Amino acid sequence: MQDLSALQSDIEARIAAAQDLRALDEVRVAALGKKGEVSLKMRELGQMSPEERKTAGPALNALRDALDAAIAAKKAQLEAAELEARLATERVDVTLPAAPRPRGAIHPVTQVMEEMGAIFADMGFVVADGPDIETDFNNFTALNFPPGHPARDAHDTFFMKAELDGAPAVLRTHTSPVQIRTMLGQKPPIRIIAQGRTYRNDSDQTHTPMFHQTEGLVIDKGTHMGHLKGCLMEFVAAYFEREVEVRFRPHHFPFTEPSAEMDVRYERVGDEIRIGQGDKWMEVVGCGMVHPNVIRNCGLDPDEYQGFAFGFGIDRLAMLKYGMPDLRDFFAADARWLSHYGFPALSMPNLATGLS
Amino acid sequence: MKFTLSWLKDHLKTGKSAAEIAEVMTMAGLEVEDVRDPAQSLSAFSVAKVLAANPHPDADRLQVCTVETKDGTKQIVCGAPNARAGISVVYAPVGAYVPGIDVTLKQAKIRGVESAGMMCSAKELELGDDHDGIIELSGDPAVGTPAVEALSADPVIDFEVTPNRPDWLGVRGIARDLAAAGAGELFTDTLNAVAGHYDSPVGVTIDAPDACPVFLGRYVRGVKNGPSPDWLQKRLRAIGLRPINALVDITNYLSYDRARPLHVFDAAKLKGNIVARLGRDGETLLALDGKSYALDSDMCVIADESGPVGLGGVMGGEDTGCTDGTTDVFIECAYFDPNRTARTGRRTGIVSDARYRFERGVDTGFLVDGMELATAMVIEFCGGEASHVVQAGEIPDGPAPVDFHLHEVRRLTGLEISEKRILDILHHLGCSAAGSGEHVAVQPPTWRRDIVQSADLVEEIARIEGFDALQAVPLAREERLAPIYSEPAERARRARRALAADGWLEAVTWSFCKSETAALLGGEDGLDVANPVSSELSTMRPTPLAHLIPALQWNADRGAPHARLFEVGPGWTAPGEGGQHAIAAGAVRGEAVRAWRGGGSPDVFDMKAAALLALEAAGAPVNSLQTAPDAPFWWHPGRSGSLNLGMNPLARFGEIHPGVLRDLDVDGPVLAFEVFLDKIPPSKRKPAKTRPSLAKADQTPVVRDFAFIKDAETPAETLVRAAAGADKALIDSVTVFDLYEGEGLPQGKTSIAIAVRIQPQGKALTEAELEGLSKKIVAAVEKATGATLRG
Repeated sequence: MQDLSALQSDIEARIAAAQDLRALDEVRVAALGKKGEVSLKMRELGQMSPEERKTAGPALNALRDALDAAIAAKKAQLEAAELEARLATERVDVTLPAAPRPRGAIHPVTQVMEEMGAIFADMGFVVADGPDIETDFNNFTALNFPPGHPARDAHDTFFMKAELDGAPAVLRTHTSPVQIRTMLGQKPPIRIIAQGRTYRNDSDQTHTPMFHQTEGLVIDKGTHMGHLKGCLMEFVAAYFEREVEVRFRPHHFPFTEPSAEMDVRYERVGDEIRIGQGDKWMEVVGCGMVHPNVIRNCGLDPDEYQGFAFGFGIDRLAMLKYGMPDLRDFFAADARWLSHYGFPALSMPNLATGLS
Repeated sequence: MKFTLSWLKDHLKTGKSAAEIAEVMTMAGLEVEDVRDPAQSLSAFSVAKVLAANPHPDADRLQVCTVETKDGTKQIVCGAPNARAGISVVYAPVGAYVPGIDVTLKQAKIRGVESAGMMCSAKELELGDDHDGIIELSGDPAVGTPAVEALSADPVIDFEVTPNRPDWLGVRGIARDLAAAGAGELFTDTLNAVAGHYDSPVGVTIDAPDACPVFLGRYVRGVKNGPSPDWLQKRLRAIGLRPINALVDITNYLSYDRARPLHVFDAAKLKGNIVARLGRDGETLLALDGKSYALDSDMCVIADESGPVGLGGVMGGEDTGCTDGTTDVFIECAYFDPNRTARTGRRTGIVSDARYRFERGVDTGFLVDGMELATAMVIEFCGGEASHVVQAGEIPDGPAPVDFHLHEVRRLTGLEISEKRILDILHHLGCSAAGSGEHVAVQPPTWRRDIVQSADLVEEIARIEGFDALQAVPLAREERLAPIYSEPAERARRARRALAADGWLEAVTWSFCKSETAALLGGEDGLDVANPVSSELSTMRPTPLAHLIPALQWNADRGAPHARLFEVGPGWTAPGEGGQHAIAAGAVRGEAVRAWRGGGSPDVFDMKAAALLALEAAGAPVNSLQTAPDAPFWWHPGRSGSLNLGMNPLARFGEIHPGVLRDLDVDGPVLAFEVFLDKIPPSKRKPAKTRPSLAKADQTPVVRDFAFIKDAETPAETLVRAAAGADKALIDSVTVFDLYEGEGLPQGKTSIAIAVRIQPQGKALTEAELEGLSKKIVAAVEKATGATLRG
């Protein structure tokens, strides 16, 4: 047994000395291979007496198991060292920039349209629409602008050279023609908003020949001006995401009677406009009870049906909430402006996660 | 419309300040635009006296004045020609803000001479347009008297008159509404008739009663024209009018005091009698503005025996106007049809106070009184003797009474207002009510032709009661199961969000463009705007690309050469219904992005991918689309295509034709896509949202690669479809993974390598079965394209 222990020490020393996996395998074959030193000793067991075998057998098995374990441990160690050596050569400079990825954005007008859609959806409105090139009837006459009336002049209308229904077609000066299309097309109760492009022949810092409006129309048998006030107050609080003090003032629109404008309280701090505080008033929406002539023009009886209408300037609401200083920039397709004032595609306005 | 506080107080007994009056006006629907109170803007200014004025040593036009001021004796350099010793002036000390020139005064040296302060002109104080010299105060006011006192400067209120309320174009009409709204008490009008002493030597007839239903005329002889009184001149100046002479000033004054335009002819210049008739082609009129206008048969003309002497309701003639030498006058007080007046105004382009009032409708109840008032003022200021009034035509009837149920107030506004209060408001506004209880007949006054039905009365009552009284009521929530966005709106929304998520910037650009641009991009005729804002925006665009393509160059010039712009918006093919199309379009310059790993340039296939992305987001059946190289002429003929559903193009993509870019002055290449959202077939509404259960394949898919040699002209899509169609049950998908042309291949041939993914169903395929399927694929491709398997 003395020589077994010497053999173990000798082989273990060789295992420890193995420099790589190939050398280790050579040690393994020399010790445990078919003709290895340990295997030869195992073979000698057959010639031993049962007494001798009883002690030599377990000793040899123990030796073999110990060497197996030592080899496995050394193998793992060598493999780890080899992997480390390889990985050390595979270094990259992780401070190099990532691949450029263009960043998209949603235009503020679109965002605000969807914000308004989310708020009015919650109040039970559905979206209706109409074309940008309108008939004179839908844009004016049906809305109680009599032909030749000076109220038409105030609209700075763009006319087309082409005619529709026997009169020069107009670029709609407001989204109100959708009121007419809706009332002619469906029976009350009606609760719609209409959003889109509108046009007036006007151009300066706060007027562009094209702009956007959101129209609202409610027609049923009981909606009165108190509902109009409630609806618009709820809207501005939801839109500006804070309590906003409002003021209703009488005004005149041909297609509403009584007519009103609603102002919100604001102040100017430096270049910034702050809604909901201060001592000034800013008009944000024109509105009123739908004029009986308009209801009549759509084939309904104004003694039976009643309701309200309103019209917001979308671009202006966007400016008030998000602080763009100049309306003309909205339509310039300037990538810097679009990136700066635009919204991420995943900021989808809704009342659960917020409007923007 | 501007007026002053003291002018208002001629009609309204009130102790309110200008700011308080403005607040009442705003809340009664008279939208105040500006209140200018000189007591505030003039607080720094005071009376001073010029003691001496000597020539400036170094400037011909300047004088060095010694001025006695509240701050002691000062030396002030002044450029006004009327600066001289002895006059009382308005003094602005150093540190004062001078509103008319927007300057805060500093101690200064003017051409080497010290000057401490300033002596002001009316324009510098915003009290008028007079800038010929400094203000000379009359009545020798004490030095140091506040300027606002010495000038008796009056607060001026400016407000917007809505087109339904011509009565607000006169101060009395404003006073009436203010009295109704509780701001004071309306003074009763006491107008004394002026006796006539003789028959007017000028007669009047009407040939066009539709255009001019009534014409009152009156002769006043022996007048002496000259400047009008100070108080009147001051009022006219305060509202921005220039005093001319007494006779002209009287007509201007009554236009603003009573919304009653008048005209005064110099009777000596009239030939014979006056007739109100329609114009005749070929006639011209030299009007008071010094310009000559061609008349036509739609215009109402006032003529004498020599021809036209005025455009009815718009402007008088220069040749018969009053001058300082006028001795006999003929006063016109008439009614002109609003629509015709508006048309004449538009056609001639004349903007006058008379037109502004007549086209909105003047008070038919104030013709006789207006004539009396005008006559009295002429005699008071200019003397003379009046004739009897001559009248042609009949004064139009007043407005019809309105049948009014008082409960309409509650029905339309929710306001609870007592019967007494309702009738009280109506009475204040000049209405009379007959009957009692719920149902009354309301007679609107002659100046309120806008009141024709009960909603109009409801507005008056709510307006005067005040909209603050309206109780805000939330809208009842309605049960609704359908989505609020229509399918087209939702499609546009999804396409937009998908493109933005894919790195495109959404722009919103003008719906109109240059007509040359529209033509270059395949625009149809018949879409021109008749009155464009500029030639750059003169026709309705065929596609959003009309602005996106030029915008790429604009951005590149400003350091953003890689901008990826898109827009979801309209393009037009015709003006009428169905001619407006919802288009999602995008464009980018074909310029390589520089990056250390290699950036690459956008190409045709990036555009195809973007178009497919938008189409899929919008719900188009993208797997049923066929690609064809058939984009219109303005695309690159070899590098563009359409994605078609049957015969219907749903999208186009590729490079824009270099010739088009050259004409648009844009450096190419430019790559673009257009998706025609309105051409996508409507989705089939399914009754339930449940999806069919997932059929998970139980076998591992097998991929087999094939390389074919095809004619270069043969579309790859044809080959891919043929391979995929060889066995629809087993073949899951076909992808192209390599293309090769050139050495080793005959001229005009392309090698295309495809990977066919085979999905066995139920049991694995044997090698023999797979071999059979491969043969089927090769045969199908050969049959469809003539391509052969590459050996």
